[in-house]
Amino acid sequence: MVENEGIRRYLAHAILWIGIAVVAFPVYLAFIASTQDNAAIANGQMSLLPGGHFIETYYKTLFVGSSGTTREPVGTMLLNSLVMALSIALGKIAISLLSAYAIVFFRFPFRMTVFWIIFITLMLPVEVRIYPTYKIAADLNLLDSYSGLALPLIASATATLLFRQFFMTVPDELMEASRIDGAGPFRFFKDTLLPLSRTNMAALFVILFIYGWNQYLWPLLITTRDDMQTIQIGIRKMIVTSDALTEWPVVMATSILAMLPPVAVVIVMQKLFVRGLVETEK
Amino acid sequence: MQKQSVFTSRSLPWLLIAPQMLIVLVFFYWPAAQAVWQSFLLQDAFGLSTTFIWFENYSDLLADPDYFAAVVRTFVFAAAIGVSSLSAALLLAVMADKPLRGVGVYRTLLIWPYAVAPPVVGVLWLFMLNPSLGVLAHGLRAMGLDWNPLLNGNQAALLIILASAWKQISYNFLFFLAGLQGIPKSVHEAAAIDGARPVRRFWTITFPLLTPTIFFLIVINVVYAFFDTFGIIDTMTRGGPAKATETLVYKVYSDGLLGGNLGSSAAQSVILMGIVIVLTAIQFRFVERKVTY
Repeated sequence: MVENEGIRRYLAHAILWIGIAVVAFPVYLAFIASTQDNAAIANGQMSLLPGGHFIETYYKTLFVGSSGTTREPVGTMLLNSLVMALSIALGKIAISLLSAYAIVFFRFPFRMTVFWIIFITLMLPVEVRIYPTYKIAADLNLLDSYSGLALPLIASATATLLFRQFFMTVPDELMEASRIDGAGPFRFFKDTLLPLSRTNMAALFVILFIYGWNQYLWPLLITTRDDMQTIQIGIRKMIVTSDALTEWPVVMATSILAMLPPVAVVIVMQKLFVRGLVETEK
Repeated sequence: MQKQSVFTSRSLPWLLIAPQMLIVLVFFYWPAAQAVWQSFLLQDAFGLSTTFIWFENYSDLLADPDYFAAVVRTFVFAAAIGVSSLSAALLLAVMADKPLRGVGVYRTLLIWPYAVAPPVVGVLWLFMLNPSLGVLAHGLRAMGLDWNPLLNGNQAALLIILASAWKQISYNFLFFLAGLQGIPKSVHEAAAIDGARPVRRFWTITFPLLTPTIFFLIVINVVYAFFDTFGIIDTMTRGGPAKATETLVYKVYSDGLLGGNLGSSAAQSVILMGIVIVLTAIQFRFVERKVTY
């Protein structure tokens, strides 16, 4: 029985390591390719160990851009992605906090109607209204701008639901106490509610940052100028249909740079990430 | 549901709600209404005149063998992605649920692909399996397989399914692990005392207790396969070869991109809306059940 248990344990370790290897292999290969010479890769003679072109490739990727096409350096794309991800994450948190505050702590006509109007947007993802949304953004002069990248994605039923649920659990006594202290709605929000929501906000921020950073379809539609494209769009444009023209080391370096920020967020803030993931799915 | 004590103000709540309402109405409801309206219209080739044609766009779609093929293809993709990534994730989660040394490290090393964007996933897999320079493609060739996803539709579809399943393993793993850890250890111990062997214990006790998690993950994986695979498809195959990897969402995108039939593209969007509504409704009904579970 005990021996049996030992074998099972080794088996579990082995299966987990195989799983990790399968999951990590594509990324390992991408990193290896980003340190090698393009000619060797194009010939299909790629070595499975790191090459000597690391600094050269990453410098070129970040500051010069791929030479085959007249594309922007990836540094600009990283900046665009960062601005977009931060505006989406912070914007969603801000407007959802405000709406949830109004819905929970005020009584006004059509309160539940408002709640349902926000809730139903869950069922209207960008994918089901691609071209009409694009047309409105174009009519509002939002093409090729940061506001165009972020604004249409800033509404959030999930975040509003989450904050509403959390506010419902805040005891009535807290509000009464702060009212006795003479605090109005603004001070109660700022001094009591916001500090209480800190963990929820942080967990949500982690999830929404990843969501914003990884947006693809919307930026693809709304950006035409090279200096406005995000890194996800930049990668697609670097892949030339005939393999010979694609600069694979630069493409792979860009892929590594594109996944670095969100993956780092998941690993460094793992607790908040897991919490955010579980809570936004409720 | 409402709090007992609330603030009294007429204008303040509207001010607080205004930003969200504005964005929701301008960027969600207005375009959605436009899509519904356009789906009843027929526009001539130059966009000069439009006629109201009731449900003709829909009946044309349903009679179109291309559209039917895309529907079937999308469901096949969803099933293949779901089954492969759910079973891989379940196996890993069951292993990680054992009292092993370094379980925290295993978890970290398995969950990060969640953060890799779909287009990047597409590029990574394209590079591994590119017929002329991919490392794995060489292996397949050496085994005597005629591997060329650029020409062979079934191989292209397989490529999309593998890449999509790869990314989704981390998500499924995380929720399976949470589900497994929610099962009381005493249940396992009782079964062990009764003499049930580990494999039998898994199928008769663990698996049935996991059904709420499994059901939830099936819905999530279907939504993922329908909508989030867009970036993977767009960087890997762009729907080709010969539409072999064109899903419903990709079809709306490429049909509209070619500036073709606006009415038909709108009708496709409305059908997708219907699918999302059904999936969301299922998801929420299930969540209610989980609360009372």
